[in-house]
Amino acid sequence: MKQNRPLARAATWFDLKAAPYFLVSPYFILFAIFGLFPLGFTVWVSLHDWELAGDREWIGLQNYTDLVLDPDFWNSVVNTLGMFVMATVPQLLLALMLANALNKRMRFRLLFRLGVLVPMVTSIVAVAVVFGQLFARDYGAFNWLLGTDGLDWKAEKLTSWTAISVMVDWRWAGYNALIYLAAMQAIPRDLYEAASIDGASSRRQFWQITIPMLKPAIIFTTLTSTIGGLSLFTEPVMFAQGDVGGGSLGQFQTIAMYMYEMAFREREYGYASAVAWMLFLLIVLVSLVSFLFTRRIGGTK
Amino acid sequence: MKDNLPKATVLTRIALGFALILSAFPIYWMFIIATRGNDVVGQVPPPLLPGGNLGENLERLWDMRDANFVLGLTNSAIIATTVTVSVVVLSSLAGFAFAKLRFKGRDGLLVTVLLTMAVPLQQMGIIPLYIMMVKLGWTDQLQAVILPFLVNAFGVFFMRQYAEQAIPDELIEAARVDGCSTLRIYWSIVLPALRPAIAVLGLLTFMQTWNEFIWPMAVLTQSNPTVQLSLSNLNGAHFQDYTLVFTGTALATLPLIVIFILFGRQIVGGIMEGAVK
Repeated sequence: MKQNRPLARAATWFDLKAAPYFLVSPYFILFAIFGLFPLGFTVWVSLHDWELAGDREWIGLQNYTDLVLDPDFWNSVVNTLGMFVMATVPQLLLALMLANALNKRMRFRLLFRLGVLVPMVTSIVAVAVVFGQLFARDYGAFNWLLGTDGLDWKAEKLTSWTAISVMVDWRWAGYNALIYLAAMQAIPRDLYEAASIDGASSRRQFWQITIPMLKPAIIFTTLTSTIGGLSLFTEPVMFAQGDVGGGSLGQFQTIAMYMYEMAFREREYGYASAVAWMLFLLIVLVSLVSFLFTRRIGGTK
Repeated sequence: MKDNLPKATVLTRIALGFALILSAFPIYWMFIIATRGNDVVGQVPPPLLPGGNLGENLERLWDMRDANFVLGLTNSAIIATTVTVSVVVLSSLAGFAFAKLRFKGRDGLLVTVLLTMAVPLQQMGIIPLYIMMVKLGWTDQLQAVILPFLVNAFGVFFMRQYAEQAIPDELIEAARVDGCSTLRIYWSIVLPALRPAIAVLGLLTFMQTWNEFIWPMAVLTQSNPTVQLSLSNLNGAHFQDYTLVFTGTALATLPLIVIFILFGRQIVGGIMEGAVK
């Protein structure tokens, strides 16, 4: 009955044409205000000597040239890359092994899957506090287990990086394992059956079938770990009892921490914005490298 | 498909059991220490059973004015709930449109959403966001933490993927023939069909928001903190009072653990589903 009324018809036409835009517009509006605009504005701020009161002076690329000569910045770059490698490589290998084990027939499968995910659902700050205690110099469980009595994990680059990497690995290995598990279950079973008939060992099947078929999942997890790893902040900050300096000599200060320190401790907004952009470029660069690297997995077919 | 899999060997089971213990132990230990006194912290081997000090520890935590712990918990609950509702509603609306409606520029807009997924925008834009909030006079107020998180690209993409396969086109066409408006279709067909995806996205968003650290740390102060900030402050000022700090961390983790116990199966399913793409 509605079709005969022109007004109702117009309303329907309007509904069909305009409604989709109404449905997607909240995302784009909010994203433009709180995502895109700040990102672009960071460039503008980074080209100034910017103070909060509104005093700002155009200095062009001065912040960037200063940054290139800033040893503290390069220290944070080295720390970030070091912890990124130390955390990501074992984490993804561990996840792969976990997924392979979870992909077997056994009882309590759901329990195991839930179990490996427990670390991800805890508060990161809580995790860092607990691990900070486990890695403590006095009465720390790791020193007790390893027999390294009185070792101050925070004191040196390598030991502090290890402690922080362990936190990151503990938290994310299970999550990545589930992603690999999902991809493993999508591999057709007859591939393995055919390989078995040809006499391929299970080890060989793992390297020749499982790994190449997991390539998209490996690329995905590598990219997410790259973005997460290079913007590492909470764990090292909590490891230093809430200080963004990253230890007495900045031995575990990451780029995100350095950016925070410059912006909210030193109030050098322009300089900190330049750090933010360098971090962004580094993320793009490392993502690209890890993408090219993981793309070669299992041949370049 | 399940029964086609090779059976797990004893070694595999032992390794998995070990992994399970490693995953759960730090959290278990945290809850144990929260129920005990400071005397057991350096104990070797560590205590494995709860003690009777929980009440006293909670009382001490409540009295710790400089940490504002109760306020932190309340604030985090408000922030995480608001953000979760917003992300779920706005993502399901946009996801539905991208999956099931035809409109000009759809593919281009969807690619834009996808591209933005790859950039940690909230971290990159933290300085201008802060300047914005100062100009608006919103520093130290909850809306400063809530607003930047009201939408996220992952949510839109996740909902689109789910809606694509969960809702048959015929159903929507039939509703159109019956004279349903787009919003009516969303309300009575799409929303019920998306329920499992809503659960997963809701849980993940709640956890992520509850855990947010760098932005609240920049824009809030200790007088109006989130729970993670009060925890950080507690740890900074009282880090030698382990039971106190651990009672705080246990409380900050408790809501997430409860959610996980209630919905763990869906979370696992959601992560695995989201990954198959």
